[in-house]
Amino acid sequence: MAEIIVVTSGKGGVGKTTTSASLACGLARRGKKTVVIDFDVGLRNLDLIMGCERRVVYDFVNVVNGEATLKQSLIKDKRFDNLHVLAASQTRDKDALTKEGVEKVLKDLVADGFEYIVCDSPAGIEKGAFLAMYFADKAVVVVNPEVSSVRDSDRILGLLDSKTRHAESGEPLPAHLLLTRYSPQRVEAGEMLSINDVEEVLGLKTLGVIPESGDVLNASNKGEPVILDLESNAGQAYDDAVARLLGDERPMRFIALEKKGFFNRLFGG
Amino acid sequence: MGLFDFLKTKKNTASIAKDRLRIIVAQERTSRGAPDYLPLLQRELLEVIKKYVNVDADAVKVDLVKEGGHDVLDISVSLQENPA
Repeated sequence: MAEIIVVTSGKGGVGKTTTSASLACGLARRGKKTVVIDFDVGLRNLDLIMGCERRVVYDFVNVVNGEATLKQSLIKDKRFDNLHVLAASQTRDKDALTKEGVEKVLKDLVADGFEYIVCDSPAGIEKGAFLAMYFADKAVVVVNPEVSSVRDSDRILGLLDSKTRHAESGEPLPAHLLLTRYSPQRVEAGEMLSINDVEEVLGLKTLGVIPESGDVLNASNKGEPVILDLESNAGQAYDDAVARLLGDERPMRFIALEKKGFFNRLFGG
Repeated sequence: MGLFDFLKTKKNTASIAKDRLRIIVAQERTSRGAPDYLPLLQRELLEVIKKYVNVDADAVKVDLVKEGGHDVLDISVSLQENPA
């Protein structure tokens, strides 16, 4: 059975594409046949984060319009044989994607034997975001512990509850939170919303907490999703999230302040 | 915790954020899924009622409530205790 996962947030810049790329890589690394699709028509970026930007020949819109076959458009990942990328088109035509077109591509991917289809949603609540979520079986809502991101996430949760195929058929779409840019230090100092705060406000459970880390920028600079860097805390946190997505139980890591030494404590270093 | 940290009084901004979010999210959730015409209906009703009675700007509440099989348009108007 294939599972369609939408990675969404409402607000831009919170880490949707970083998360989509890492979840897809993590699923593939665990042996799942996975495809990750960029729904951000006009502002393609997943290809850069995945490191395959120079190998994009045909894109999502080409497939929908019948200008290329799915097979021609899927970019095979160089690291995992069972991972593919479908790039967004750079067209400025906002109506390039249609509900019927998207549905057909998803159906064909399922028929091709893909087990996980990760849909990287654009920011905002317009057509692209709507199409990315409409056919989903599960939603991952990426949220920063910050007021505007939390509020926008709640807007998105409202849409997931009403404007998706799942919701229309009367069963709620399972949704999880994924907190990014989390700083235990600032939470401890009372300067940042904690995991519990965000869960309480949004009424959802957390799938993963990704600590604020310079490794994320380093990873995107290189075009290697941060989950591949298992020495980094962010990479390990994403790997935990993937394990939980597959049903494993894992304690949250990197969410508590590391103990400081005596000197640091004395001088507040 | 430094030796002299007690000299600094820091405001806990995270709790302010949480309180503000709780209120705005609750407010936005109540209007979620409601028909778009409700706010306008509310404003116009207020205008009409104001012609006859002196009421506050927030005196009129309009809600769509589900009751059994059908929707009920619930309009409530609260009048002031000592009308001028």
